[in-house]
Amino acid sequence: MGRTADVELRNVSKVFDNSVVAVDDVSLEIEPGEFFSLLGPSGCGKTTTLRMIAGFEMPTSGEIYIEGRPMGETPPFRRNVNTVFQNYALFPHMTVAENVAFGLRMKRVPRDEIARRVREALQLVRLAGFEDRYPRQLSGGQQQRVALARALINRPRVLLLDEPLGALDLKLRKEMQLELKHLQMTVGITFIYVTHDQEEALTMSDRIAVMNAGRVLQVGTPLEIYERPSSRFVADFIGESNFLEGRVTGLNGQQVTVVIDDRVPVPARAQDGLAVGEQVTVAIRPEKIRLRPPGMERTDGCVRGRVEEVVYIGTDTYYLVRLTERCTVRVRVQNSQNRLDSGEAVGEGAEVLLSWVPETAMVLKA
Amino acid sequence: MALAERVETQPERPASLAARVVDWIRRRSGVKLSLVLGPGAFWLVVFFLIPLGVVLAYSFASRGAYGQVIWRLTLENYTRFFDWLYIRVFLVSVWIALLTTVICLVIGYPFAFVMARVPRRWRNALLVLVMVPFWTNFLVRTYAIMLLLRNEGLINSALRWLGIIEQPVTMLFTTFAVVLGLVYGYLPFMILPLYASIEKFDFTLVEAAQDLGANTWQVFTRVMLPLTMPGVVAGSILVFIPSVGAFVTPDLLGGGKVVMIGNLIQQQFLTVRHWPFGSAVSFVLMAVVLISTMAYFRVGGERRV
Ligand SMILES: Nc1ncnc2c1ncn2[C@@H]1O[C@H](COP(=O)(O)OP(=O)(O)O)[C@@H](O)[C@H]1O
Ligand SMILES: [Mg+2]
Repeated sequence: MGRTADVELRNVSKVFDNSVVAVDDVSLEIEPGEFFSLLGPSGCGKTTTLRMIAGFEMPTSGEIYIEGRPMGETPPFRRNVNTVFQNYALFPHMTVAENVAFGLRMKRVPRDEIARRVREALQLVRLAGFEDRYPRQLSGGQQQRVALARALINRPRVLLLDEPLGALDLKLRKEMQLELKHLQMTVGITFIYVTHDQEEALTMSDRIAVMNAGRVLQVGTPLEIYERPSSRFVADFIGESNFLEGRVTGLNGQQVTVVIDDRVPVPARAQDGLAVGEQVTVAIRPEKIRLRPPGMERTDGCVRGRVEEVVYIGTDTYYLVRLTERCTVRVRVQNSQNRLDSGEAVGEGAEVLLSWVPETAMVLKA
Repeated sequence: MALAERVETQPERPASLAARVVDWIRRRSGVKLSLVLGPGAFWLVVFFLIPLGVVLAYSFASRGAYGQVIWRLTLENYTRFFDWLYIRVFLVSVWIALLTTVICLVIGYPFAFVMARVPRRWRNALLVLVMVPFWTNFLVRTYAIMLLLRNEGLINSALRWLGIIEQPVTMLFTTFAVVLGLVYGYLPFMILPLYASIEKFDFTLVEAAQDLGANTWQVFTRVMLPLTMPGVVAGSILVFIPSVGAFVTPDLLGGGKVVMIGNLIQQQFLTVRHWPFGSAVSFVLMAVVLISTMAYFRVGGERRV
């Protein structure tokens, strides 16, 4: 309590053409100064959510609050938010300086103050000296930064960014991710950042809302989202996961035992409301699994399997290990030693033992 | 940031006006000029430049007693033009053409805007609507307007029947009728280039401007109009040039009361049989149109879009 959220969505839905449910009963609270990401696959309603906050679309039902005030039908130019568009939407007939000055001109800010703030804004995004260029004379990354400067110069309470790095190549994107995060911490403005790139969201965000099919499935810090996915979709969309279907056979304190295919018992992290006999899915990430040669069996949590496939990807090696006729798991092992010197420790067809810390395996209700 | 090298340098400004116009068209249309100009140049020489040379030569000749052309060189045809009688005709023509252009722009812009914004299947229907008048002969259409505007015409009859007026309102053979006829005839030439411009316009720029605090008027004047300027310029030229030289419309709808420069030229060639003077007037008209078009191109072209 205490502080009001910068942006709050209360049961917001958006239906297009009376049939397409783009956003379905979404409630979110975004705190002042937060870097908040909306993450989800293409078509899940991220852009629509952002456009409703900006005022380009009106919610079919529900209410949006900015700085505690309900927005209702408030038009975009009366909202204290600014947007960085996916394709930048720079004005092609204006120079960089004119583009950046546009918002202040509309507000009839005095000329000398505009000049000063344009200079500051361009310095902030490291584009000093580019004032008289036209957008078409800039690279993608530079255009991106002009779009940022053009929005930030208005000192909005909240900045909305719709896949702002989507059009850049991978290397530049990585650079800009860090730069954007740094910029956000410098200016202290709340960022609402839309992306379908889970790595990008994990790298930059304070909190992430994972969306699918118009709904918000989980909200949390990158750590919570990655380590404690609450649904199969989240576990699958963020990073990689193995899904093992089975039945709960034992509950003791922090740990449950789930039997896969009525044969192989595996340990997992306990969770409220589980009952013995319940049908569940265990989600375990490939890098959390340890892989050892047989013959070193310990008492608990070891699962026997046979390696079917080995894939070397540079930093790591993937092993596809069969547990039962119907069930395989992927194991990711870091190549901490030189694989050429140490030789192929475990080859295809080898019998292996798999183990993991029970807390790293999540039980998801079926 | 080693990105500065990638930026292309601005091409040098072409010196002559003609080169500028060609350059302007090329930058805007992206058409390979050589491809278009090859066969075009042939037609231009045979059917335009040679007859133009003949007319130019005539304009310095004299008229014989029976209307034949006598090759006694003189500037008289040009000096004669600077008579208030003819200057007035000329000014009236320019005024009517300007009025026609502005009205076409005011009607054409919203129409082209709607056409560019409606769903695709509606777009073709609207395009056909714009084109339909072309399927009928221009004269027939002009006579149709006469039938509407006459004192006993459809409009006056309807107004009288409704009891709005008692005496018929004179509409035919007025400047109003001529402008109406010209607007009706040339509106498609305004709409089509405007439509082409607006259709290419990126409407996310409208949202970007709104997001930055621009109201509807500011969005239009600061973003949309400058970026659709090529369409405005092209449409205006396509309407202004044929309007200023029109002679059928003022003849039929002006009924001799509204005389435009086209009527003057027609008279000199066909009625008075003073070909040298007719040629001189034609050349004055052409020079003025050319100069004003260039000036207009410059204003529209200066903005780098
Ligand atoms: N203006 C619109 N009219 C009809 N359907 C739309 C419109 N905008 C978006 N949609 C639909 O809403 C859903 C969500 O779209 P969007 O918010 O753009 O997703 P995302 O940004 O996550 O990719 C999609 O199914 C899309 O087709
Ligand atoms: Mg989107």
